[in-house]
Amino acid sequence: MGVGLSHYLAVGAILFTIGVFGIFVNRKNVIIILMSIELILLAVNVNLVAFSVYLGDVTGQIFAMLVLTVAAAEAAIGLAILVVYFRNRGTIAVEDVNLMKG
Amino acid sequence: MDVATLLGDLRLAAPELTLAGGAMALLMVGVLFGERLQIIASVALALAVTLGAGLALASSSAFGEDGGANLFAFAATGLASLIAFLGARPAGPINGAAASFLVAAGALAIIPAPEGVEAAFNGAFAVDGLSSFAKVVIALSGAASLVMAARYLVGERLAKFEFSVLVMLAVMGMLMMVSARDLIALYIGLEMQSLALYVLAAFNRDSVRASEAGLKYFVLGALSSGLLLYGSSLIYGFTGSTQFVEIAAAVGEEPSIGLLFGLVFLMCGVAFKISAAPFHMWTPDVYEGAPTPVTALFSAAPKMAAMVLFARALYEPFPEIAADWRQIIMALAALSMAVGSFGALAQRNIKRLMAYSSIGNMGFALVALSAGTREGLEGLLIYMTIYLVSTTGIFACILAMRRREGMVEKIEDLAGLSRSHPGLAVAMTMLLFSVAGIPPLAGFFGKFFAFLPAAEAGLWPLVIFAVVMSVVSAFYYLRLIRLMWFDQPAQPLVAAPRELGFIAGLSAFAMFPLFIAPFVAAPGRALVETAAGALF
Repeated sequence: MGVGLSHYLAVGAILFTIGVFGIFVNRKNVIIILMSIELILLAVNVNLVAFSVYLGDVTGQIFAMLVLTVAAAEAAIGLAILVVYFRNRGTIAVEDVNLMKG
Repeated sequence: MDVATLLGDLRLAAPELTLAGGAMALLMVGVLFGERLQIIASVALALAVTLGAGLALASSSAFGEDGGANLFAFAATGLASLIAFLGARPAGPINGAAASFLVAAGALAIIPAPEGVEAAFNGAFAVDGLSSFAKVVIALSGAASLVMAARYLVGERLAKFEFSVLVMLAVMGMLMMVSARDLIALYIGLEMQSLALYVLAAFNRDSVRASEAGLKYFVLGALSSGLLLYGSSLIYGFTGSTQFVEIAAAVGEEPSIGLLFGLVFLMCGVAFKISAAPFHMWTPDVYEGAPTPVTALFSAAPKMAAMVLFARALYEPFPEIAADWRQIIMALAALSMAVGSFGALAQRNIKRLMAYSSIGNMGFALVALSAGTREGLEGLLIYMTIYLVSTTGIFACILAMRRREGMVEKIEDLAGLSRSHPGLAVAMTMLLFSVAGIPPLAGFFGKFFAFLPAAEAGLWPLVIFAVVMSVVSAFYYLRLIRLMWFDQPAQPLVAAPRELGFIAGLSAFAMFPLFIAPFVAAPGRALVETAAGALF
């Protein structure tokens, strides 16, 4: 049996769900949250490239390249903020991020 | 694409290019030059850009062939730029130059596109009445926040030039957002804004609270970008294009389930950015933890940008399925109004209170958006503009809450303000009355123009709920006013800096329609009508 669009979309959806759950269910470590964010963006890229091939339209692949670029910038800024936070607080455990109760 | 079209497109993106180039130039000046050279270079750059923007505005078709009006436009640009420079100057010459650049970008945004052109860069970048209107408001609001930040930054030992460079980059992202007519442009603009704002939230890097605010804002902001992107990918897949115009052509009366999923994810992503409930949980913490001038920035310009982006991303590609997305907007509006009004009642920190106030205000603005009509968009623009002016004024008052030992931000610290700072207390009272929606102040008319279209569209339950919630929200604004006028004074605050008094006074004055209506009502109405006409 061939691998069609729906298979790629299913992989994308699963990755996306894992990413979202990784952010909300994870109670351990902020690094895991950063990894989950990357996972969400990669799920989007799988979607975009699959659609792009299916539609025979190159826009989706250009979009995916831009998402990769922005994801790199976002990871850099996220890690920088995390380093600043660690210097002040001495921990990056998620349950300790609670100075202000929201 | 030939050189002439490319140059034409670049000219249409002049405000963004000014800010991008300016931010890079000022960064270089700050990194490479010593103190004396910094002053010379900043003044020279600010002067050059102001003159350039003023001349471009005066020689454009914005005011026709009328020599007097063009001369006035040139003089107004120069004067506004000078005031911005002097106001932001205390935090360093580069801050001053950045404020001038923001004013210049606002002036450049007034210049209309040539006849028959409504978008640049192959239709990805809209240049119409709506984008011009929003860009002017956003750029001026950005300049005002730099002016308000100046003395605070000096007082808290944060006066670094990177602050103004980051504000410029964030405002540039906001300008791209209001022009985005393509899912890719939308995403790039949004990220441009967000990445700069994450850093600004954590700008006070020695403070635990500020870095925690930055971390929370980053995590939830990145999640919202992820939701928005996932939605964009589905919309692209099920319509075959990322351009709003082509999406509109591909969306039929009966949308596929995948497209609806994509639309819902896209709306969730944008709802995070405007802090509409139930996507508001980051707002109070980030507002409280971030340095106060950054909070002032958060509550003003990005909200306008995201609202206009929301309107454009719904009205342009999805007019066919308005009945579907209207349900979501109505739910967001009702929840935001409830969370904003009831959440604020229990707050003791004035910045947290303003966070809930902005959540509630976004709910009121969404009521206008849910009408889905041209009048609804007009109401949204009027409401957002009035909200921006009054929130800027209120934050100017909050920034003036300083004792000898440092900034204070408890609500009780406002007690007795009327005796120690009568001028400030009067301004703050007028602003709070206005946000509470008490006639005859501007906030009342903002709410009126926001709710009327929704009522005309037959959304009566939502409008009645909105009126009730606005009464509930009036309660905590009145509590602040009572504290200022009738409670025993706490320890006195030190005298407020001039520029904060100026901004608070100016915005309080703008809340009196009786004073300014003769000058603003007719042209303002015309402006808003052209702006809304861009999408209808």
